[in-house]
Parts: sequence; C-alpha cells; structure tokens
Amino acid sequence: MSALLKLQNIHKAFADVRVLEDVSLLGPSGCGKSTLLRIAAGLDQDYQGGLELNPLLNFGRGSGIGVVFQEPRLMPWLSVAQNVGFADGWVADDQWIEQLLRDVGLHGRSEALPKHLSGGQAQRVAIARALYGKPQVLLLDEPFSAVDAFTRMKLQDLLVELAARYEIAVLLVTHDLDEAFYLSDRVLILGGTPSRLQRELAVPLTRPRDRRSAELAYLRGEALTELYQSHVL
Amino acid sequence: MGALNLVIGRWVERLPAWRPALTDLRGWVVPLLLLALLEILVRSGVLPAHQMPAPSQVAQTLYLLAQSGELWRHLHASLLRVGAGFAIGAALAIVIGTWVGLSRRAEAYLEPTFQALRAIPSLAWVPLLLLWLGIDETPKIVLIALGAFFPVYLALLAGIRNIDRKLVEVGRLYGLSPLALVRRILLPAALPSLFTGLRGALSLSWMFLVAAELIAATRGLGYLLSDGRETSRPDLVIAAILLLALLGKLSDSLLKAWETRALRWRDSFQGGEGGA
Repeated sequence: MSALLKLQNIHKAFADVRVLEDVSLLGPSGCGKSTLLRIAAGLDQDYQGGLELNPLLNFGRGSGIGVVFQEPRLMPWLSVAQNVGFADGWVADDQWIEQLLRDVGLHGRSEALPKHLSGGQAQRVAIARALYGKPQVLLLDEPFSAVDAFTRMKLQDLLVELAARYEIAVLLVTHDLDEAFYLSDRVLILGGTPSRLQRELAVPLTRPRDRRSAELAYLRGEALTELYQSHVL
Repeated sequence: MGALNLVIGRWVERLPAWRPALTDLRGWVVPLLLLALLEILVRSGVLPAHQMPAPSQVAQTLYLLAQSGELWRHLHASLLRVGAGFAIGAALAIVIGTWVGLSRRAEAYLEPTFQALRAIPSLAWVPLLLLWLGIDETPKIVLIALGAFFPVYLALLAGIRNIDRKLVEVGRLYGLSPLALVRRILLPAALPSLFTGLRGALSLSWMFLVAAELIAATRGLGYLLSDGRETSRPDLVIAAILLLALLGKLSDSLLKAWETRALRWRDSFQGGEGGA
C-alpha cells in the first residue's frame, strides 16, 4: 500500500498515513503533535524535513485534505450551510451540503447561525465543512477535547462511521489514550526532548469496536508503560 | 411618587401587547417635560422672549419656513453635502484602512503620516480649503470627508488587527486569494468595529457641515444659524439647531438599523431591562 501522505521531520518525528488507514499521534502537550499536523495541512511552512503528498491526493475537488481544528472555527456571520460550503462560497453545492448535514445529524439546522449551536453541534458543522471538499485524508487536531465526555463519545463514533462511509484516511492528534486506541489502526507515541517517535502500536481490532474490550485496555496499558519509560509521565 | 411609578411601570411591563409601544415611548418623556417647562417659563415672563423664544414660537417659525419652501432649500443643500462628504470619506477610509490593516509594509509607510494628519484639528483645514478650492461646494464636501475619514479608518484598522488569527487560518487553509480573504473573512469579521467607526464619522460629518456652512454659505442649516444670529432672531437659530438634532438622530437611527441587521450574527451582551 502506498502512502497517501508522508511526513518526515528530521528533528521531531516520522509518520505516514496509508490509504484508508486511521492513525493517531499520541503524546503530551508540547511534543509537537499539533505542529506536525499543521505542517501536513500546509499551514506551517517553516520546517525542515520532507512532506510528501501522494499525487493522487490532488485529484477531485479541493486539496484532498480536510482539516478539523480543536475549536470549530466557524465563521460567526455565516449560516451553518454557508459554513459547510465555505470552500465554494456563493457557488456551493447545496445538495451536498444537505447530505453532509444529515450525515452529521444536523438536518434542518442549515439556516441556524453558529451562536445558536452548542459546542458539540458546532464541531459537527466543522466536521461537515472538512468533508465538503471530498477529502481522502482528514487531519484532526484534538477535535473533541473541548466537549463533554458523552458528546465526545458520540462524535468519535460519528467520525468512525463517516470515515468508513466516504473512505477517508484519518490522521488524529490527541492526548486521550482511549480516543487514540478506539479510533485508530495505528497509534504513534511521541515524546521526549527533543520530541521523537517513541513507539508505534498497531491496533489489530475489527470494527465496530467495544470501548470496554480487554484488548483496548491492554493496548492502553502498553502505551502507558511506554510513556512512563520515556519519562513523559 | 416613586413607588407609584414603580407600580405603574411593572403593570405596564406585564402587559405583553402594550409593552413594545410603551417602552419605545419612554424616551420621549424627558424632552416633552423640558419643552413644557420652557413654554411655561417664557410665557410667565421668567425668561425674556427676545432671547429665549417659546417652543410654540419656534414651531411657528419652522412652519413658516416650510410653507415658503425655504426649509427644503436649506435641508436639501445640507443633506447633499453631508451625504457626499460622508460617503467619500468613509469609502476612502475603508479602502485605505483595509490596505494598511492587511500589510505591515503599508502600515510602516502610511501610519505615521496618518497619525500626524489626525493630530491636526480638522477645522484648521478650513482656511486652506477656502484658499485652494474657493467658496463653493467643493471645500465643504472635502472638509466633511476629512472629518468622516479618520473615525472610520481608525476603527477599521483596529477591527482588522483584532480579528481572531484562527479564522484567518481557515481562509489560508482554503487557499483564498488576498482579495477573497478581505471580502470573505476580514471585512465581515471587522464589521462591528466598522459600524462603530461609521456612526462616529456620521456625527462628525454633521459637525463639520455646520462649521463649513457657518463660514461661507448661502444655503443650508449652518447658514440658517448664522442668518439667525445676524438678524437677531433666536427662534431661527433654535429652529436650525432642532433640525440638526432631528437629522443627526434620524441618520444615526438609519445607520443603527442597518448595523443591527448586518450584525444579527453577533453573540454579545445586549444589556438588560432595569438597573445594572
């Protein structure tokens, strides 16, 4: 399988995302997870190392990459529908927007303004906006860290379902062990100073997964051991 | 008395159908009481009528002005001047403010100059404008535009510099061109500041209109003021002042209504009924 996007950063870490694969970057704050994601999204140009985008990524609409930030970052003056179709502005595809809003469970709220949404709903809109460009890779930067625990679980399930339905690979940055193992096929643990890839853990579990499963608990234990050993915790 | 007012107030505010009309009327209470008091004082001879005309006499003056068609001539001239000056000043300020807001280089070149120009009291330009541009419409409109420029420019610049970097980053993520970035993110995000600037500029425009018309004009509300002084007719002066108040308030209300409509999306504190 060829890599959809390849991140080689000499001083910080090394990661790649393959077709249809969900990868999590896990690590303490300040270890450069978010920076790595920003480099992948093209928002940070000031880096050494290699960022290789598979040429396939540039087919279709948009750049082939969708991004969800920690905050929803919706334009407060635009309606929900206009926010979802932001990439195309006035010529946005209304049917596709409707479809996406149904997908994220916000059907009928297309005319609402962001100020009328709860934090979880706003993040759903942000996910729909990231999906609007029909990306092949979705980059998420601690997307659920600002919502309550129950909303977080619902949004995680939503992400899994949508990534499968639209055949999207996911690169998720998180500091939440449960989230990393529940969502990913591979978990890359970053840490140390200077920060580097500490360990790579595969998650060979089928979906849908059970949050209570012993295998997930075991993998979380492994990750914790790794984090202790590298003096991250 | 206070307790009674409170009781009536509560009673009124509990009636949903009456409430909007009555709360809007509350603003009229103070001016109407003042007018009634003034009328009584002048008629009873406490205030000399040749210095402080009674409100009824001012109303009569206004009526006569309206009937002779004079009123419309003055209003027309003043409105046109304010409209043109305000529009030119505000438009220039939006263009230049956006440019300076976007570009550090433009700011480095232009900002000190603007700071210096702003420090000049705009009325100091009057003699120069009269020397350069004569005494017809041009110097008046230029003076008003000058007065309208700075509030809009400063507010817009501050507004653009206060925009959340995170929203701008979304624009970069979608590869917006600089022009699209201005149109789709920067200007909408700076709109609240822009409206504050526009409303300040509008009230300044009326101020500079009076200044311009007091000095050299044959028409307009400022001319009416100086005409009243020269012919010793305080009723004419007060009528002109009333008209200025009315027009100033009316134009500001229009702008405010537009602001409320355009900023519907804003999620901010609107103030509460009752004491703070």
